[in-house]
Amino acid sequence: MNSIVNSLSAEMIRTDLPDFKAGDRVTVFYKIKEGNKERIQQYQGDVIQRRNSGIDETFTVRKISNGIGVERIFPTNSPFIEKVEVNRRGKVRRARIFYLRTQIGKAARIKEKRS
Amino acid sequence: MDGLIGKKLGMTSMFDDNGKRVACTVIEAGPCVVSQIKTSDKDGYKAIQLAWGDKKEKHSVAAEMGHMAKAKSSAKRKTVEFRDSDMSVNLGDTLDVSIFELGEYVDVVGTSKGKGFQGVVKRHGFSGVGEATHGQHNRLRAPGSIGACSFPGRVFKGTRMAGRTGGERVKSFNLQVLKIDADRNLVVLKGSVPGHNGSTVIIEK
Repeated sequence: MNSIVNSLSAEMIRTDLPDFKAGDRVTVFYKIKEGNKERIQQYQGDVIQRRNSGIDETFTVRKISNGIGVERIFPTNSPFIEKVEVNRRGKVRRARIFYLRTQIGKAARIKEKRS
Repeated sequence: MDGLIGKKLGMTSMFDDNGKRVACTVIEAGPCVVSQIKTSDKDGYKAIQLAWGDKKEKHSVAAEMGHMAKAKSSAKRKTVEFRDSDMSVNLGDTLDVSIFELGEYVDVVGTSKGKGFQGVVKRHGFSGVGEATHGQHNRLRAPGSIGACSFPGRVFKGTRMAGRTGGERVKSFNLQVLKIDADRNLVVLKGSVPGHNGSTVIIEK
């Protein structure tokens, strides 16, 4: 990519978010616009992948809501992400833990990383 | 019509006010020198001629150097005329990205990427012969009929067929200006622009 284009998009990349990766349990505080009002919605779940790089990076958060699996994709550099809290570090062997989708109950747990 | 000449640098994405990610093109536009001002009295129509892009003197012809000397400038790579310009400029003035406003809509002219020899489906948007089954055999992307029988007994001129595709002048309309960087002469436009990265484009507003 052209170096000027690179530096232009580098200006828009957020550096204030904590470091998290697949397997971690996070809470995303996402701004929602309703007409003129703005409120913050919390969404807690396990990160199952981080995808793309640079300004286009996204991450997928999976949670079980009322017994139904829900996945939500957030653009990492979106100005609508107020903050991301890391609640728990997970111990996983791969960068994309899609196998969670087929696991039910106790099998769908992720081991906590002991440091 | 006003505008600038520039270079397409590449594409990236930005977030708009609604938090939506939009694809955008970065263009290095200007600075352009006003190399000639045409008036309806003298030239029969009103226009300004802009020149852009440095080049070495050994690559310049005496005629263009003489023409540009009137504007007290060296010869440039490209000159473009903008007809019926409303800008009040003088010969030798330099125009830059400050002529654009944030949020306004512009058109961009470029030379589209060459695709080589392509069939009618890619070149003209034909749908091919509809079905892959029911006895169809290697007709999926075929043009179908190209004319009638012994009357007229020939294929009409201009009938759309396969051939060289792309590499022609294309204009993209109504691209919104998302960002202007006056220090680096950059304009960021919403959406895509015809041509390769590094190719010359004309921004018209």
